[in-house]
Amino acid sequence: MLRYIVPLLVFLVVAVFLGVGLDLNPREVPSPLIDKPAPVFNLPKLHALETSFSSKEMLGKVWLLNVWASWCVACRSEHPLLVQLSRANFVPIYGLNYKDEPNEAKSWLQQLGDPYVASLSDYEGKVGIDYGVYGVPETFVIDKQGVIRHKVIGPVTPAALDNCVLPLVEKLQQASAQAVVKRTEVEGCA
Amino acid sequence: MSSMKMLVILLCLLAFTSLAAAKEATPMATDPEMEKTVNAIAAELRCLVCQNQTIADSHAPLAVDLKNQVRNMVESGQSQDEIVDYMVQRYGDFVRYRPPMKASTMLLWAGPFLLLLIGVVVLVVNLRKRAAMMKNDEDLSLEENERLQNLLAAEFSQQNAAQRDSSQQKAGVEKS
Repeated sequence: MLRYIVPLLVFLVVAVFLGVGLDLNPREVPSPLIDKPAPVFNLPKLHALETSFSSKEMLGKVWLLNVWASWCVACRSEHPLLVQLSRANFVPIYGLNYKDEPNEAKSWLQQLGDPYVASLSDYEGKVGIDYGVYGVPETFVIDKQGVIRHKVIGPVTPAALDNCVLPLVEKLQQASAQAVVKRTEVEGCA
Repeated sequence: MSSMKMLVILLCLLAFTSLAAAKEATPMATDPEMEKTVNAIAAELRCLVCQNQTIADSHAPLAVDLKNQVRNMVESGQSQDEIVDYMVQRYGDFVRYRPPMKASTMLLWAGPFLLLLIGVVVLVVNLRKRAAMMKNDEDLSLEENERLQNLLAAEFSQQNAAQRDSSQQKAGVEKS
């Protein structure tokens, strides 16, 4: 009897591991920055390159930082969703214009719509490195204390927005300025 | 146009062709020894865009940026540990080609040895079982041994008898 049960058990264990493996995305590298303070930066605004923006200005507010570039194909696919979200006036979206030519970036926004309160020009990609950006687009959810609470790698999908990002933002907005709300508290973010 | 003028123009054009052919110089640390250090560190870091390459091998824009970052840090006198820590803080342990030993990576480090151990245990158990089976074959009881001897003896005498018969027959054939 044992000689039939042992191979069966081995098979089941292997099958479970492989089954779980099928569901993992090796390109999604968990960010070590989640629940850590968002790196502070000072960058010129894309539409007014002579004025700079400091991420410190956003303390006390829940905001989204969306990394995008005009050369990024996947950014096009998520863009309508961001434009729609910005019209709802629910949460301010800032753009990190990653390694892009300001002129090309501006005409891209003109053509497709501008969902950003401001886009910040990270021409050399230094801020991108600080934020651990390795694929564009990426979207960070940052809370009132300036702590990164969530990161979406790749284009934001309507499902990810409805199930995770928006509920999380809502929770963060309702929480007091000192409260700690982790993304694990939102079911859709797991 | 005089041939002299023509020659000057041609020479000018020639100068431009060599300019066009020259590639943009890739940034390098001034000191070759330092560049070696930069490459050694870059070979320890994974390119997150093309995950099976180090940032030393990869030409992805991010890998080039990260290598430049490593170079700047080496030039400002930071140690390899500091540079690797800087990358891990931003990109996580995944950026390291050699995963660190800690609780969450224990299975990764111990797994192969664990499998080897299981293999050895299975092998030893099986070998013992087989040896025990073979020993059982050898150990016959006294009665069994006697029976075996009798059987063998009977077989042997039968064979002998048969051989004797056939050889007698042959001899008979030859005589007649």
